[in-house]
Amino acid sequence: MELNSLTIEAARAAVQRREVTALELAEAHFARIKQEDGQIGAFLTLSKERALEQADRMDRMAAEGKTLPPLGGVPVGIKDVMSTRGLRTTAGSKILENYVPPYDCTAVARMEAAGAVVLGKMNCDEFAMGSSNENSAYRPVRNPRDLGRVPGGSSGGSAAAVAADMAVATLGSDTGGSIRQPASFCGVVGLMPTYGRVSRYGLIAFASSLDHIGPLTKTVTDAAIVLRTIAGRDPMDSTSAEVPVPDYVAELEKPFRGMRLGVAKEYFGEGLNDEVRQAVEAAIDKLKSLGCEIVPVSLPHTPYAIPTYYLIATAEASANLARFDGVRYGHRARGVQTLSEMYRRSRAEGFGAEVKRRIMLGTYALSAGYYDAYYLKAQKVRTLLTRDFDEAFRKVDAIVTPTSPTAAFRLGEKSNDPMAMYLADVYTVTADLAGIPGISVPCGVTREKLPIGLQILGKHFDEAAILRVAYAYEQA
Amino acid sequence: MKATDKDVAYVAELANLELTAEERGGMLRDLNSILAYVDLLNELDTSDVPPMAQVSDRYGVDESRQGSERFVYASREDILEGLRKSLPQAEALANAPDADEEFFRVPKVIER
Repeated sequence: MELNSLTIEAARAAVQRREVTALELAEAHFARIKQEDGQIGAFLTLSKERALEQADRMDRMAAEGKTLPPLGGVPVGIKDVMSTRGLRTTAGSKILENYVPPYDCTAVARMEAAGAVVLGKMNCDEFAMGSSNENSAYRPVRNPRDLGRVPGGSSGGSAAAVAADMAVATLGSDTGGSIRQPASFCGVVGLMPTYGRVSRYGLIAFASSLDHIGPLTKTVTDAAIVLRTIAGRDPMDSTSAEVPVPDYVAELEKPFRGMRLGVAKEYFGEGLNDEVRQAVEAAIDKLKSLGCEIVPVSLPHTPYAIPTYYLIATAEASANLARFDGVRYGHRARGVQTLSEMYRRSRAEGFGAEVKRRIMLGTYALSAGYYDAYYLKAQKVRTLLTRDFDEAFRKVDAIVTPTSPTAAFRLGEKSNDPMAMYLADVYTVTADLAGIPGISVPCGVTREKLPIGLQILGKHFDEAAILRVAYAYEQA
Repeated sequence: MKATDKDVAYVAELANLELTAEERGGMLRDLNSILAYVDLLNELDTSDVPPMAQVSDRYGVDESRQGSERFVYASREDILEGLRKSLPQAEALANAPDADEEFFRVPKVIER
């Protein structure tokens, strides 16, 4: 058995049947990490002891003939923006270099309660701010499909680890596309659930009204399994929704024929790479041939999504990151005389360039005299962007688009131009602003063998529909 | 609108961020390039559009909770059942860069 290419279902079944032990499975993944990760840089911290303890627990359950939970013995990775009790959590930032959380993120706790074996914490852009994973304070992540290219951001480590078979599945977070875009660049499946579907408790906040936790996996079925595990109301997060969680895995088998899929012309205009366009159009043709109806829809405010996103995300970030003051946790500057000097210098030393840029933009947009012109304006345009989706979803069950306008770009290619970098999220940010779910599935490769992603967007709390479309496409 | 050197210094002060002279220059350049792009939003007439701060305001599952953040927080189960238990003091202090057995230690607060 090739231990590093198993899906969640196959890995759990193998442990259950005792064809392999969870311990062997974890060891095989640690060996793979040792062999590959020096070049790729997907992991920031390994949690070998924690992993082996859990694996042993699962092995004992299997030996006793007990039925394993849905992720029993499955090796996973957690983006380093999710708190893990007793395990270093940095958010990719120097300011949290030595931070050891006193509690677990709900999504992580639910993964472990379902038997998952946590291998370690995944590299990411600092505070999840970036589209290329070059903003990690520790080191960039490289794309396993081409080491000269970025894996996408900010869940680049989470995507790269799955693509390189260093983990069966990982958790990422998506604020402007940070699960779907790296999934697209690395050729894996990435699912962003509806806002409120998964608790954000224990997620180190970037922009609280936009942050989503979701899985990166090898298959659509695996994404459904992880979502089923982490979804559902959590009293610790007042924005987590009290909405019943369907059995997403069973939902995959429901009929796909007759579904209405929207195609918006605004996602196929200027800036879209030709090879990406061809692959996505071919994917849409394939979906049509599988029996769904293709319906043209319009999302007219799409060109305003990026500026809206950057105002709202940075405004919320500037407020969220105010807690990093060097008092209760995190880096504190040495040799300071006064309290305000301590704040200013600790933050100056602890935050990287992109984080400072966003704090500055957000603070500016919220400051007296500019609040109405920028922040309030952006909130109003957010309403318009959301109405576009409401209108479209009156006609269709899901919308299909490219995930990213290009395949993975080269390291350094956009790192000196924030505007160029921000545009890498042009097809993903709107879903975050509207709070609707989205998934990216691989739909071919470029001539240079770089993966291309197909994005499927759905109605609030209708992850089942987008999973079904993604599954039908994947199986065909 | 165009940000100036003075704006950058003022905003850095508000954000409690010490910037070097070089960083201030870069920040001014980046801020203005982003703000120029953001001005695109002024093409839209939004005078009759309500602002949207939270997704859950719109699809609120419980209609009575819609629109008011305060109301949502007030109905948090953990608060209804009484305040959540605090972390043990030792755990709360464990990540502090400077603490004694009881308190976080900071420079003199009285002087700014």
